Amino acid sequence: MIRCSLLLFGIGLLSVTAAADPVEIDLWRHEAEVVELTASLEAVDRFNAEQDQWRFSVETLPQVTYTSAVTAAALAGQLPCVLDLDQPVVPNFAWSGHLRALDTILSTEQLDALSEGAKGTYKGAVYSVGQFEVVLVLFARKSELQRYGIRIATMESPYTADEFREALRLIKRESPEKFPLDLNAKDQGEWLPYGFSPWIQSAGGDLIDRNSYRRADGYINGDAAQAAARWYQSLFEERLAERKTFVDAQALIQGRAIFHYTGSWETNRYTQAFGDDLVIMPPPDFGNGPKAGAGSWHWGISSTCKHPDAAQAFLEFLLRPEEIAATSSARWQIPTTEAGATLTENYREGGKWRKLYEYSRSYAVKRPATPGYPKISAAFEKAMMDIRFGKNVEDALNVAADAIEFDVERNRGYGFSN
Amino acid sequence: MAVRKDNKGILFTLPALGLLGFSILLPFLAAALMTLTNQRMLTPNPTEFVGLENYSRLLSVTVREVPREIDQQGEPVVDADGNVVYQRLQPILRSDPELRAYQTLTEFDVGPRRYAILAKDLVFWRALGNTFFFVLLVVPIQIGTALGLALLVNQDFRGRTAFRTFFFAPVVTSMVVASIVWSFLYNENTGLINQLLGAIAGSGVVAINWLGSEALALPSIAIMSAWQGAGFQMLIILAGLQSVDQQLYEAARLDGASRWQQFRHVTLPGLRNTLIFVVIATTIAAFGLFIQVDVMTQGGPNDATATLIYHAIRSGFREQDVAYGASVAVIYFLLVLAVALAQRRLTRSADER
Repeated sequence: MIRCSLLLFGIGLLSVTAAADPVEIDLWRHEAEVVELTASLEAVDRFNAEQDQWRFSVETLPQVTYTSAVTAAALAGQLPCVLDLDQPVVPNFAWSGHLRALDTILSTEQLDALSEGAKGTYKGAVYSVGQFEVVLVLFARKSELQRYGIRIATMESPYTADEFREALRLIKRESPEKFPLDLNAKDQGEWLPYGFSPWIQSAGGDLIDRNSYRRADGYINGDAAQAAARWYQSLFEERLAERKTFVDAQALIQGRAIFHYTGSWETNRYTQAFGDDLVIMPPPDFGNGPKAGAGSWHWGISSTCKHPDAAQAFLEFLLRPEEIAATSSARWQIPTTEAGATLTENYREGGKWRKLYEYSRSYAVKRPATPGYPKISAAFEKAMMDIRFGKNVEDALNVAADAIEFDVERNRGYGFSN
Repeated sequence: MAVRKDNKGILFTLPALGLLGFSILLPFLAAALMTLTNQRMLTPNPTEFVGLENYSRLLSVTVREVPREIDQQGEPVVDADGNVVYQRLQPILRSDPELRAYQTLTEFDVGPRRYAILAKDLVFWRALGNTFFFVLLVVPIQIGTALGLALLVNQDFRGRTAFRTFFFAPVVTSMVVASIVWSFLYNENTGLINQLLGAIAGSGVVAINWLGSEALALPSIAIMSAWQGAGFQMLIILAGLQSVDQQLYEAARLDGASRWQQFRHVTLPGLRNTLIFVVIATTIAAFGLFIQVDVMTQGGPNDATATLIYHAIRSGFREQDVAYGASVAVIYFLLVLAVALAQRRLTRSADER
């Protein structure tokens, strides 16, 4: 922590020295991969060039430790004016008073145009906005599906969970050496809640009661959630999916898997690998239609920001359709407004990835907008890991429910009243 | 002999003491204080003094009898093999307000009755057990390997510097990188180790689930850790070997001592202090097992590789409950302190004999 604050102090010094005529505004963002980072820096340059009142200077921090670094900065009162945040952690920062509510800062039209996943909320107020979105999909190759005689799922008729498992069993029978479904088994941490809580939601359960945000019992461990989790467990028991892998997103390309259930971030790579043979399908339906995790990296304004007008102008700039389109085009991400989508080649009506945009509009469920999300995420991750390795489903989910409720009590309901 | 007493010695130790106090004692005291509160990492709530609540959550253990399954006639149920069927405990615990926070750590039979040990923080107790098990595994493996390697590269042969370098190379490899590489090696379906075993066995497929089975995961990590760390101990032991007086070997040879007798009665006594240091240092390091677990298994399967540090970091950072994470760390600190003191005492009393 001491080292962190020294580092932050150093960063503070650096930005002070350059202060001159246009007011220097500091901005932090996570160090994404080069293409995305470059696009983001170019957007800042465009904003700086467009007006001469303010100059935004960007600090990038490593992604793995980004949330910890920003948390440390928040505790030390050293947050920059504008920063990017992973959507699920936004309520925690909002509850702790480190973010400004954006409802009065951005116009209603701008906020309404955004998809649900593009707004980070806490207790009904918006605290962060996003330019791009991700969605969960099933990737496969047409030729392989044909070989096994498996139909292609569509939005009108997605795979039901049972149908999908039968398809996987069929593949396993014919090619026992294959693990038909790649579930990113190497990934730890947030992938599990992001990837698998939508199954619970599609079955009719949820991680927590979204009215009170205080009860998890009966939701995360309810009958619907248990059914979905048992289905999940059966994939590993029947060796339809690998329990543990050490490279993700290779099995489909190498032909060791037939389906890859993952985020839309793999779309471009698979398009390059398979061309027209690639088929993108909705996630399986557990009864209430397919669901997909929403909410990616967002922008927010810190409450310690001394130039909220500058931050406001910058966020308004980022939400312009052409800016959303530019960000989307740089890394093939899903735009968060219709106007933005219309300006992109891939996501406009008739574009080759239009369906991803439609999935994100139809299936998106945000992770629970509560400051207690870190505990929910950790408890659910542990339960799903234990279930994968054979733990009794009911026991595992009960443990998660109790742990979440204990945490809510310990933190006085996280600002939610009974 | 008369020893002149003055206080200059204290003066000379002051810089070191000051540094230790500032970098170890002070943070420890701050952490110890924090364990008496409900401090969360990011919260608008004021920090409250909660006394020993964190420790009671951490350490609470109790024993209860597991009830037998009763059928509709009120008779105890017996399965096809004639074994008594017991009720699932978790629903019973959850319906009892007093026991709701408890989970089953383990069950054992006493005569015809079955009992369950219940703990509030199941993962903590598993982590505690795993940490000791890991120390017991890795210290002998690592020091044995290091001693063997040191004896090997202490021989006079061409290219021994090259071998010293090879054996030392894993030490300078980043532990994260080593863990990732070993994850590949240990993979159940495509890993090199299983393929090698398959080739040796001649039958083709060997599917040992090294990191994915509860029994093998921790030993697998211990082997990998010993491989990574042994080079360092090898260097220290090598230095120790070279300081053993050559005249002693000469004398032993003149007395007709065999190679084994030379090793047993000259080398080992000569290495005594070196080995004591190596054992204590390796033990302390082994208690801190974290990176391998974080990269390779994330505490799983079913907590089989959870360790104290992993639990502390997971509670304190991932779940943001810093007060609770600090409580685990304080227990860890006291444990390592106790073990180090015990080892010191044992070796010192041997000195005085």
